[in-house]
Parts: sequence; C-alpha cells; structure tokens
Amino acid sequence: MVAVRPAEPADLPAISALDARLTGQAKAVYWQQMLDRYAGGPPHRHFLVAETEKGHLAGFIAGEVRAWEFGQPPAGWVFAIQVDPKLRLKGTGSALFEALVARFKAQGVARVRTLVDRKDHLILSFFRAQGMTAGPSLQLDKAL
Amino acid sequence: MKLQTATRLGLYATLELARNPERTLSASDLAERFGVSTHHLAKVLRTLAGAGLVQGGRGAAGGYRFTGNRRRTTLMDIVALFEPAPGSRPKEPGEQTEIGTALQRVLAEIDEIAEATLRSVSLETMLKHPT
Repeated sequence: MVAVRPAEPADLPAISALDARLTGQAKAVYWQQMLDRYAGGPPHRHFLVAETEKGHLAGFIAGEVRAWEFGQPPAGWVFAIQVDPKLRLKGTGSALFEALVARFKAQGVARVRTLVDRKDHLILSFFRAQGMTAGPSLQLDKAL
Repeated sequence: MKLQTATRLGLYATLELARNPERTLSASDLAERFGVSTHHLAKVLRTLAGAGLVQGGRGAAGGYRFTGNRRRTTLMDIVALFEPAPGSRPKEPGEQTEIGTALQRVLAEIDEIAEATLRSVSLETMLKHPT
C-alpha cells in the first residue's frame, strides 16, 4: 500500500534517479525545473509522489489544468507518470492517477488527457485500464 | 477497421467466456447468442483453444470455458489468431507505382494506430469499461 502526497523539493534526487533508471537518460535539470514549476506552485499544477510505508519513492505523477490548448476547453493534462518496476501491478499507478484526477475534478474540469507514444504498449495499456480512450485530437509530426 | 467474421466471433466468444471464467458455455449457446451457425463458431473456438485461451469439451453440446489471463491477453492477441500478420499480405496491382506507394504509407499509418489500440486494450480493461 502506498501513500500519495504532493512532491517536495527534497524528493528531487529520488524522482530523478527513478526516471533515469527507467528511461536510461539522466535529466536532473529537467526534473528540478518540473518541481520548481509544479510542486507547491500555482493551484492548477500538480506534482504528486507515492511513497511506500518505509518512505521510499514508489512513483510520481505530474499534470496541470490547461484551458483552450489547441482550441480545446479546460482539461487536466497528465504530463509524466513513472512507477518503480518492483512495485508495478500493485495499484501504485492507479493511486497516483486517481489522486491527480481528484485534484482536476476539484478544479472543475470534466476531462483528463495525456499524450502517449503509440509503440509504448505498457503505458498505453495503463491509461486504457484507467478508462481512457482515444481523444478528439490527432498529433501530427514532420521531420525538419 | 474491417475485421473478418471469424475475428469478430473470436473476440465475442473470448470476451463472453472471460466475463465469468468459472462458467461453461457450449458452442451452440454461444452461436445462438451471436446469431451465427454453430459450425462456424466451433471452428473459431478450436482456434482459440489451440492458443490456450479457452478449453472445451467435444461436440456441439460440449462446454467451453475461458482459460487465459484476462489482464495479460489483449484484443490484438485474439485478432492476430485470425487476421494475416502485417506485411504478409501479397502485393496488389498498382502498389508499386508512386501513387500506390504513397497510398500504402497512409494505409500503414492507419494499421499502426489500429494495432496500437488493439494492443493496449486487455480483456480485463474491456470487461471493466465496456463502453
């Protein structure tokens, strides 16, 4: 069982290390900036962590409410979610997602959105299992 | 997306049986439910049994039950049992032309999105969020 709470500056090393372990890329400066912007920032931005009973980082999630992004009415956007592989399939990801969605709802938005690599079946399956389906927009891309 | 009849029946039968893995349904029960011939459905059930998704008794009266893993089996796993693998389709006339190649790129994009969608939906997700 994990406890979900807002992230604090002291969580940076654990967040950065978990992400580096999972993605193979160290991005300490990026996570520092994310925490600066999202943790304890404006009320529409959220950065939450899940902690084990022993106080270890089990995972984290970040998101914010954005209005009229690409012409769409206000919606909660999930920008990042990571769960320690040793603690997967134990409800950590769902607990983080539900906690973020509860905050979005409290701010009066009725939709949650995210963007996923279509070849990343693991994360795609996770969001599907939360009840998410294809949204109204299609992402387009071009090599420059 | 157009799926062959056998694929749709495979999806229907697997999902119906996976709804309650303890329950046994005969090929004729399932055929009646979906309005198809028992013969057609029996063939589909044999394919599903070969993949370990269902286990069945003999004959039209023999019962079938779900024996797969609801959380690990995706819709794509079932589709792949009945549909030709991507890239295995023989070339059709016109595909080698400039326009044909450009059209194939668009169709491949659609296939890739469809496959990603089918791969991301487990039976568990499907049964938990039926709409």
